[in-house]
Amino acid sequence: MSKQRLVIIGNGMAPGRMLEHLFDLTDAYEVTIFNAEPRVNYDRIMLSPVLSGEKSYADIIIHGEGWYEEHGITLHKGEKVVTIDRVERKVTSDKGTVVSYDKLVIATGSNPFIIPVPGHTLPGVLAYRDLDDTEGMIAASAKGGHAVVIGGGLLGLEAAAGLKMRGMDVTVLHLMPSLMERQLDEAAGYLLQKELEGRGIKVKCRANTKAILGTDKVEGVELEDGTVLPADLVVMAVGIRPNAGIAKDAGLEVNRGIVTDATMKTSDPDIYSVGECTEVGGMVYGLVAPLYDMAKIAAHALAGEATAGFKHQETPTKLKVTGVSLYSVGDFGEGEGREDIVLRDAARGSYKRVILQDNKIIGVVLYGDVADGGWYNEMLKAGKDVSEMRETLIFGQAHQGGGSFDPVAAAAALPDDAEICGCNGICKGTIVQAINDKGLSSLSEVRTHTKASASCGTCANSVENLIKAVLGDAFQQKAEGMCGCTPLGHGEVRRVIKAKELKSIPAVMQELEWSTPEGCAKCRPALNYYLISDWPGEYEDHQQSRFINERVHANIQKDGTYSVVPRMFGGLTTVEELRAIADVAEKYEIPTIKVTGGQRIDLLGVKKEDLLDVWSDLGDAGMISGAAYSKGLRTVKTCVGKEWCRFGTQDSTGLGVKLEKLLWGSWSPAKLKLAVTGCPRNCAESTCKDIGIICVDSGYQIVYGGAAGLHIQGTTELGTVKTEEEVLEVVGALTQMYREQGFYLERIYKWADRVGYDHIKSVILDNLEERRAYYERFLFSQKFAQVDPWAEFVSGKHAHEFHPMADLKLEAAE
Amino acid sequence: MNANATSVTWTAIGPLTDIPRQGARCVKNGAMTIAIFRTSDDRVFALEDKCPHKNGPLSQGIVHDGCVTCPLHNWVISLETGSAQGADEGQTATFPIKLEGGTVFLGL
Repeated sequence: MSKQRLVIIGNGMAPGRMLEHLFDLTDAYEVTIFNAEPRVNYDRIMLSPVLSGEKSYADIIIHGEGWYEEHGITLHKGEKVVTIDRVERKVTSDKGTVVSYDKLVIATGSNPFIIPVPGHTLPGVLAYRDLDDTEGMIAASAKGGHAVVIGGGLLGLEAAAGLKMRGMDVTVLHLMPSLMERQLDEAAGYLLQKELEGRGIKVKCRANTKAILGTDKVEGVELEDGTVLPADLVVMAVGIRPNAGIAKDAGLEVNRGIVTDATMKTSDPDIYSVGECTEVGGMVYGLVAPLYDMAKIAAHALAGEATAGFKHQETPTKLKVTGVSLYSVGDFGEGEGREDIVLRDAARGSYKRVILQDNKIIGVVLYGDVADGGWYNEMLKAGKDVSEMRETLIFGQAHQGGGSFDPVAAAAALPDDAEICGCNGICKGTIVQAINDKGLSSLSEVRTHTKASASCGTCANSVENLIKAVLGDAFQQKAEGMCGCTPLGHGEVRRVIKAKELKSIPAVMQELEWSTPEGCAKCRPALNYYLISDWPGEYEDHQQSRFINERVHANIQKDGTYSVVPRMFGGLTTVEELRAIADVAEKYEIPTIKVTGGQRIDLLGVKKEDLLDVWSDLGDAGMISGAAYSKGLRTVKTCVGKEWCRFGTQDSTGLGVKLEKLLWGSWSPAKLKLAVTGCPRNCAESTCKDIGIICVDSGYQIVYGGAAGLHIQGTTELGTVKTEEEVLEVVGALTQMYREQGFYLERIYKWADRVGYDHIKSVILDNLEERRAYYERFLFSQKFAQVDPWAEFVSGKHAHEFHPMADLKLEAAE
Repeated sequence: MNANATSVTWTAIGPLTDIPRQGARCVKNGAMTIAIFRTSDDRVFALEDKCPHKNGPLSQGIVHDGCVTCPLHNWVISLETGSAQGADEGQTATFPIKLEGGTVFLGL
């Protein structure tokens, strides 16, 4: 049966999501997409982090070129459909392309509304809608100067915050009396305004724009009250209008948007509409959740599957401005029979309001403390009767008795001798006493004084709950920087290193205003890693900013001796290697020899003075450092694969060796351990590794993000590839993406949890261009990293590390 | 610990340039190891190579702002006084140092 022709007008997030669902359901369609923008599908919601510099365009691509190829989609980039011929069932683009359809989906989105005041067409007046607008703003901000943002709603404020972070002087003009009045009540709007003003953004409410001034470009903005503000850039973010023109021209039913039934079908049974251009149930939508609902329903309708149909649901709003926490959902206007419960905390700048009608939650506004937003929204959606918990409702989920668990109350109920921090053996009584005796009020203070949560950190939540239980409201949760030397977090520091091209530790400390002259043992190793990772071949590794293990390429033990682990690629060794290891152990009287979990041999109890000679002897037998100490590639563990095993499907050992040859020597945010297993029986335990390969008959399944230490979590699948070469490229690219984005000491699973597995997949697996670029950068960086440190040290580099500079008793005897 | 003793014996232990900036080298004195630290501004300090906490080798730590962080459990020790910083309590023995013509002398 030949395929049906599906044509889609528009390539935004809604049709992208619709196609994902559709391909899961059926392969009955041959798809053609027209995109007026000259690019692939990207995440429009993330434009604000692009504007502020926290992300790049590459980071926000949803479907790379590879995805379109894989699904046989014809994508006409930069072509706009100008007519729909419903009789002949074909569309025509502005470049004259004509394509026939069996089914058509209109997903033309929306247009920004530009207030038609005098001067609105001057160069320097931008909307905030797509990547071009964002890039326009970034370009304008590079020159500095004044920016005026018209519109104090979600988009306007994100634009203002982004432009401010880019160094512009920013004023927000808002027609209404308070900011984001559609999502926030006045009280929360006030807190938000105060926060933004605290960041140096000027806010003028009740400001009615009269004209935009200037001759050949924007020079200022004049208000109705006569005020004139200087402006080098004006951003209009006053709202959007569904883009339904083409549907109207084609004679479809159009009201505010393109009218559809609950299955997203328009007045023509062969034409569907999804996204912001659509009007369903008399409503149009601009937030992503209902648009994704439409996408799912349309996909089912196209595949001929039954669906429940589109139903209106309240969608929570969040503002994507770093450091501002607000959450609102539902209806919060005043009204007959409505009750408000309000909780304010001026000192913490927090505000909570829950609106009830007939004992049910109908609206929620949270500012500052938004942790319970999801909980309230669940009850709102479910229409839950909350009369039982009315007294404590506003305090949040943690304060509810019965079914839900209250971690603070649980901490309060523990006996004094209950162990809180297992690493350091700290009991509850010790922590409580320290809090009371020394007046501690934050996690970092308690950590400093008691060492609770100072090692592995997994008990940090328990410690925090304990502090809350002791102090109650006096507990202050502080945003913590990467260490005591800076209030900035790792993400911000990494961003600035790249943006300002900072290439030395002193440069970073100066530019980011470190509060200490030389940093500390926490930030120096982190900065050293970021610089090595960002400027391969340019930055010279700063030995004195490395932890001792990485400085001497061995692991310090509790008695000050070291352990040495030679590399055995893929866990393979030889008679010669084993003999050399035995000789070394004997010659230097190494007390303990142990086989490690990563299939290596560990020599424990080596004296520091002997390290050089041990390495030299191992080096003579052809062995290099196993990097068992590094925040970098550790081991690739393998099973024997098809060479020996009756179940093996591929040469897992050989592939493990190839991977380790590719990856060894690379530094990463935290340690990186791999495994290759020859069949799904998984003898090499790939499914709990940082990156794992599972060989199957048809190729290689690549999984990643596993953890089997303090935290246990299975891996997530990245995808399946057919050849060993592809495995190497995908793993190299994935490693590089993690190297570029991870925070120091952040394992790959934490990074992936943070940035999103779907996103990583879309970049590394689906986008061949991006994958290739990451892989190339990885290979470039490896040119400088694949130097055996042992050989370097044996040849005399850093010789000072290993011998005393003087021996006084010897000298006296001479 | 002997800084004010009357009978300090000065011994030349080597050139300043043998010690890396923000780093340390060791001097053996019988059973005792003494760590000689050099800061980024070329000040030199001598401490017994033993953290007051669990005897970690301070010479292997990261040097910053006149202090060294012990490699075993991250105690921060002042190079000048040998005292633990912050909330930790304890002290490591210190020894006088003098610099003459680029040579480091240790007083015992």
